Amino acid sequence: MRILISDDALALACGADRVATAFAQAAPDAEIVRVSSWGMHWLEPLVEIDGVGYGPVSERDVPAILAGEAGDLRIGRIEDHPFIARQTRLTFARAGKTRPLSLDDYEATGGWAGLRAARAMAPEQIVETVTASGLRGRGGAGFPAGIKWKTVLGAANPRKYIVCNADEGDSGTFADRMVMEGDPYCLIEGMAIAGLAVGAEKGFIYVRSEYPHAIAKLRAAIELSRAIVAPFDVEVREGAGAYVCGEETSLLNSLEGRRGEVRAKPPLPAIEGLFGRPTVVNNVLTLSAVPYVLAHGAQAYADYGMGRSRGTMPIQLAGNIRYGGLFETAFGITLGELIEDIGGGTASGRPVRAAQVGGPLGAYHPPAQFDLPFDYEAFAAADGLIGHGGLVVFDESVDMAVQARFAMEFCAVESCGKCTPCRIGSTRGKETLDLLIAGKQPADGLALVEELCETMKFGSLCALGGFTPYPVLSAIRHFPEDFR
Amino acid sequence: MEQDIVSDPSGVIAIVQRHAHREGPLLPILHDVQTEFGCVDESAIRAIALALNLSRAEVHGVVSFYHDFRKQPEPRPVLKLCRAEACQARGSEPLAEWAEAKAGGRIAIEPVYCLGLCSVGPNALIGGEVHARLDQPALGALIEAL
Repeated sequence: MRILISDDALALACGADRVATAFAQAAPDAEIVRVSSWGMHWLEPLVEIDGVGYGPVSERDVPAILAGEAGDLRIGRIEDHPFIARQTRLTFARAGKTRPLSLDDYEATGGWAGLRAARAMAPEQIVETVTASGLRGRGGAGFPAGIKWKTVLGAANPRKYIVCNADEGDSGTFADRMVMEGDPYCLIEGMAIAGLAVGAEKGFIYVRSEYPHAIAKLRAAIELSRAIVAPFDVEVREGAGAYVCGEETSLLNSLEGRRGEVRAKPPLPAIEGLFGRPTVVNNVLTLSAVPYVLAHGAQAYADYGMGRSRGTMPIQLAGNIRYGGLFETAFGITLGELIEDIGGGTASGRPVRAAQVGGPLGAYHPPAQFDLPFDYEAFAAADGLIGHGGLVVFDESVDMAVQARFAMEFCAVESCGKCTPCRIGSTRGKETLDLLIAGKQPADGLALVEELCETMKFGSLCALGGFTPYPVLSAIRHFPEDFR
Repeated sequence: MEQDIVSDPSGVIAIVQRHAHREGPLLPILHDVQTEFGCVDESAIRAIALALNLSRAEVHGVVSFYHDFRKQPEPRPVLKLCRAEACQARGSEPLAEWAEAKAGGRIAIEPVYCLGLCSVGPNALIGGEVHARLDQPALGALIEAL
């Protein structure tokens, strides 16, 4: 008997280790294999026994499952489950199937094919392939990866860097964490390919300190794959609890051992980045999409998607949602399909009132906007953003004035302090919304908040101050009744 | 000011030397100092600044910028409860209030903004261990076990 149980942090938080121990005791002859997570989070701990899935399993269910009496937990063949069958998994092709640190599993599932292809190409060819694939930065800004790489390739400097932004601080996002914990070699391979493309031999992965499991997996994976990616060398660096370090220039300062303050651009990091050298800064998902592009060709990737949003996006269904988890699909799927059809509405069973898309800096969308297709341009046109692809659902009990106030407070606490609109604007915004919620000067207060948002949006150095107006203004615009 | 590191800074200096070969070694040094001594206090800042040939102001500026670094050790057990939007949508705010009352100052209940388990909140981090799907009974059991 072969029993597959995930060792992803989310599965562990739901009790996967206790379940694995219970199986080891009850079925001593069984082979228990710890794999990555499928991303069906409402079913974690999910257990796969000889191809059949059971979930959510607690240690108390183990005897019944082994006796073939756990019909209510049985979900059948996991790959046939509608949540998985409806997805297009390119970046998450191995999710649920392989042991994260097994080089054999990685190789057997097409691992290193992209790196081998890249080694047979000239740097310019690699860059052209990535450009032609249409891959855009998955961190939030959506900047074409190939163009960034081309700038770094063209910058004359004997030392260049690949920096992976793994400071996944947005609430409602966990795709980076799942790659780092579940398929770390895929990220390392993507970084090594980027290194070949631009002429860099050193890579840093900047991981937030709130992800101890990801840090441990990456460090182990780097040691095990050192000879394969050599002369390229990767090092993990741990963040220290500053949200703003997800902004690329702030991240670079942090890596250098400085305060994580934002730098003015230009100069672009591609020209003067880490330690003043040309630097590629890409998100985990961007770099992890690269092995597929190199292994299967630019066109295979570009065939997915819509408009200028090519390929697939790992969307993260979170918050008060019944079927939460990771849903990788081609761009173009609508918000309503994601929340209602795939997500099954709220976990609480009450009607959906709002969905925040794109993290703490993303807009709140009412059900009236659920026909919006998941696409960078469509969301921008609706005064929102898809950001890192996180989607947080709220039921009717949410008070949108409180959420708007939280957005301002979060910005005030996390502001690096370098620019005034962000540092002072968010502080005054929070104070004004406090007064408004307390019922003092509602009309004047609202006008002041909108004016502050205008200043923050156009006057801030980076997205923290610049995008905090998205959740605030969308809450005011779509849910005015909460601000009276 | 703590006298022990000032009179005997060898522990801090050993950490600095361990990381001296790295590019941009300050954050890894601060993490290790905090792990070993429970905080990064004035005397540690002084020793690090001296060893790295930085000004104390520079090191202080870095230490004070990041939420992770403490100026004094926290003697109580620490439970970090996620208070970000996805956990808010699943009831973290009333739960946090309840937990504060339940812990009654015996345990430090600190906010954390996202543990990346956003579909199964409310979530908590204790040491390196993560806990999901917390309600009053589950969180209460964690608090009592600490």
